[in-house]
Amino acid sequence: MAGPDMISWWRRFRALPKDSTPKTLAFALAVALGAAIVVSIATVTLRPLQKANLERERQARIVAMVSRAIGDSGPLTAYMIDLNSGRLTRDIDPVTFDAEAAAKNPATSVAIPQAADVAGLGRRAKHAPVFLRFDGDKPVLIVLPVYGKGYQSTIWGYLALKGDGNTIAGLSFFKQGETPGLGARIMEPAWQALWPGKQLADDTGTLRVQVTKGSAKGPYEVDGITGATRTGNGVTNLLRFWLGDLGFGPFLKRLKSGEIRP
Amino acid sequence: MTEIILRAVFAENLILSLFLGMCTFLAVSNRMETALGLGIAVIVVQGITVPLNHLIHAYLLLEGAWAWAGLPKVDLTYLKLISFIGVIAAMVQILEMVLDRFSPRLYRALGIFLPLVTVNCAILGGSLFMVERRYDFADSVAYGFGSGLGWALAITAMAAIRARLKYSDIPDGLQGLGAAFMITGLMSLGFTAFAGIAAP
Amino acid sequence: MKRTLGTLTHPVIGDNPITVQILGICSALAVTTSLATALVMCAALTAVLTVASGLISALRHHIPQSIRLIVQITIIASLVIVVDEVLKAYAFEISKRLSVFVGLIITNCIVLGRAEAFAMRNPVGPSLLDGFGNSIGYSLILIVIGTIREVLGAGTLLGYSVLPTVAQGGWFTPLKLMLLAPSAFFLLGFLVWAVRAWRREQVEQPEFRIRRPAGGGRP
Repeated sequence: MAGPDMISWWRRFRALPKDSTPKTLAFALAVALGAAIVVSIATVTLRPLQKANLERERQARIVAMVSRAIGDSGPLTAYMIDLNSGRLTRDIDPVTFDAEAAAKNPATSVAIPQAADVAGLGRRAKHAPVFLRFDGDKPVLIVLPVYGKGYQSTIWGYLALKGDGNTIAGLSFFKQGETPGLGARIMEPAWQALWPGKQLADDTGTLRVQVTKGSAKGPYEVDGITGATRTGNGVTNLLRFWLGDLGFGPFLKRLKSGEIRP
Repeated sequence: MTEIILRAVFAENLILSLFLGMCTFLAVSNRMETALGLGIAVIVVQGITVPLNHLIHAYLLLEGAWAWAGLPKVDLTYLKLISFIGVIAAMVQILEMVLDRFSPRLYRALGIFLPLVTVNCAILGGSLFMVERRYDFADSVAYGFGSGLGWALAITAMAAIRARLKYSDIPDGLQGLGAAFMITGLMSLGFTAFAGIAAP
Repeated sequence: MKRTLGTLTHPVIGDNPITVQILGICSALAVTTSLATALVMCAALTAVLTVASGLISALRHHIPQSIRLIVQITIIASLVIVVDEVLKAYAFEISKRLSVFVGLIITNCIVLGRAEAFAMRNPVGPSLLDGFGNSIGYSLILIVIGTIREVLGAGTLLGYSVLPTVAQGGWFTPLKLMLLAPSAFFLLGFLVWAVRAWRREQVEQPEFRIRRPAGGGRP
């Protein structure tokens, strides 16, 4: 057995001066290990709380956006939908759902055909959360999470629609990394205030909503930000993608037909 | 790019509007030569560590950075602080050795300041702001350089003012530290006026 | 007993880390726009400084000289990460407002300064007291400046209205300058002046004396 060997080895090690190389190395290793354990334990145990905080903030932001856009701060309920079929699903909890992670995981996402990928996403999750308010059986407010490539970053936001599913009640972005002072101005309330009341599609059902360069005409257009044409195009593209057949299109059809109830 | 540099030098000067690196700023701004030396050391270290930390954050720490290894859910951002300070300490050491080997003259000029730079909050702060503001790689190069330049500008200006101040009649209680704070306040007031500056 | 108490109270005013040792000023100024952020910062620093002093003092006979600094920084950085994570979990709003400044406790010279100057040479008990005493000294300054800046800058204290502002129908016009960076420097300057007017022994000697003409009066 190595027992006595180990003990004598340990004794010799103990007897070394504290500045000798083996002891220095051992000490460095011990400190690194101790620090790693403490930090990891703290992070792992606290992560659920932190996620809940972020989620509360996200929920509060939606409510704030809706209240700004339509002048009330009524309740919203989160639902999870299957994007392909447009049906509600109860398998996933919408509050803890992480769209970014789900879109990266091949098991929970689908590739978007290149020709249809106007928002530059590559893949999108099979499921998505939606936030709805019903009056009786009729939806009166629909809030959809949208994201897509802008000029130099991915833009994340929420689009609120009125009960008809075609009139915008508000558009708010909460995460972007566009050029400060130019594209980043999509975060400004003054620009986001241009959106309420705009229409998404015309009578034939063609999506016409867009950010224009120059002055906006008609019910489908919103003024772009000077010097941020590509960010504006990014916003147009991400709206068109998420409202189209590969995005929330099937869900909105079912909602309009009265098939989806609280 | 230009805008980020301008903002980092003037409107968001690390010392005068964000208070970073105050301790060294006050301790070393007594003489012009030392202030200049430390300023240059900060520009160099900041210019190297901010982009380097950007790469580490983007390719090692961020959630999804390990996707290529089949670990898409690994999120190491909580190790941000400790890895940044490690990178900074290591960079300063390496820089010291490289200078010593290849440019002993520069080493003699800057050598004594480099260890001071490690514990300068401006350096760690620069890297943390780079993450918080989501700069991309090119931006982080510009920001690292610009914020270092801003810091150097502030400390040399301060040293110049303090050199003149040696011959002025200051109330006893304000002598030294108190006066230094007042001057920094006035400089900071001046720099807030730069907030409107933007790239043409 | 008296010495123990001295370890605790000496750093509060007599050897205050900010006004005398000139340590840890960065964060003292950046987080004092409101009292709430200042208080949370004080709590964070107190926790880190006390525990770090204790830990480093406990390990002081084993820390090899060659890697002394990096070991200290590692210990401090780990503690700061833990504090940062706790704040993100339990005081989310405030931790967002403190932004990077909690992380910057790592390079806050107070922590490393006390570790080097005191904890490496003294037993655990006094080191804990020294860490705690320095935190109190630091907190005192932060609380004074935070209070002045919030009251004069926004008319509130901890979010409660103290001076009714014009916007709310009162008489007080908030001094917006108080919320900007320069005011923090001025306030700290005045504070140092006040402390030194009271404790004359802290006054720094000028390098040059101005010679006054024999007849009196100013040159």
